[in-house]
Amino acid sequence: MAETTSPVRPRAERPLSPHLQIYRPMLTMMMSIVHRITGAALYFGTLLLAWWLLAAASGPNAYAKFEWFIGSIIGQLFLLGFTWALIHHVLGGIRHLIWDTGRGFGPQEREWLAAANLIGSLALTVIVALIGYLFMGGAR
Amino acid sequence: MSEAAPKNFRTPLAKVRGRGAARAGTEDFWLQRMTAVAGVPLTIMAIVIAMLLLGRNQAAVAQILGSPLVAVIMLLFVICIVTHMKIGMQEILVDYVADDSMKLTFLLANTFFCWAVGLICVYAILKMSFGV
Repeated sequence: MAETTSPVRPRAERPLSPHLQIYRPMLTMMMSIVHRITGAALYFGTLLLAWWLLAAASGPNAYAKFEWFIGSIIGQLFLLGFTWALIHHVLGGIRHLIWDTGRGFGPQEREWLAAANLIGSLALTVIVALIGYLFMGGAR
Repeated sequence: MSEAAPKNFRTPLAKVRGRGAARAGTEDFWLQRMTAVAGVPLTIMAIVIAMLLLGRNQAAVAQILGSPLVAVIMLLFVICIVTHMKIGMQEILVDYVADDSMKLTFLLANTFFCWAVGLICVYAILKMSFGV
């Protein structure tokens, strides 16, 4: 049999390339992943931006279709998610730009920056959504 | 000194093949940072513009989006984020897609998608701006 004659010992059952599932989740690590996920989500979210601009440029009928979609439950969820992802990615980007200058790598600093990013994005999203609904007439 | 210090450490074969520093390796890295820096104020302005347009009818939205200052801000915003997202998605693809033909396909799709989205937005803004 090949196994018995082979000089190579049977391979032990351990992961060759430890990836995400091996490590204990940490805030900075989760925020790094979320930065990438929000980036990818915003990538496809630009279709919504393109639709909005094209509908506004096309005329009342096209714009009514967009308004109908964005006013629906799914549309509202899309808009809220897009808003949060955008704000989160911008704040995360500022964090990365601070790191690019070589600052903010200390144990406390990076935890503080990660927490500020998350809390800031959630707070700003709530503020933007509230202003949008209460004072600007909503997305209709 | 018996021997002169070599002026160039490239091997003769590498010289023949014309290899060496391409001097363009950090282009995407730099462009990603540049669009990130520009993207911060542009995104804030775009969010403010979008919020000011909430609940308005199509004629008003088209008129405001087509007004010179708003149109220029929106054009800068769109070009900035589309450039940024193309490099970002490219980075994700080269990180996670191992198969070469799949990677090539996705990289092509990425380029097409970003150009399409960018051009649709730019066209729409210019159309509203020029009122045609």
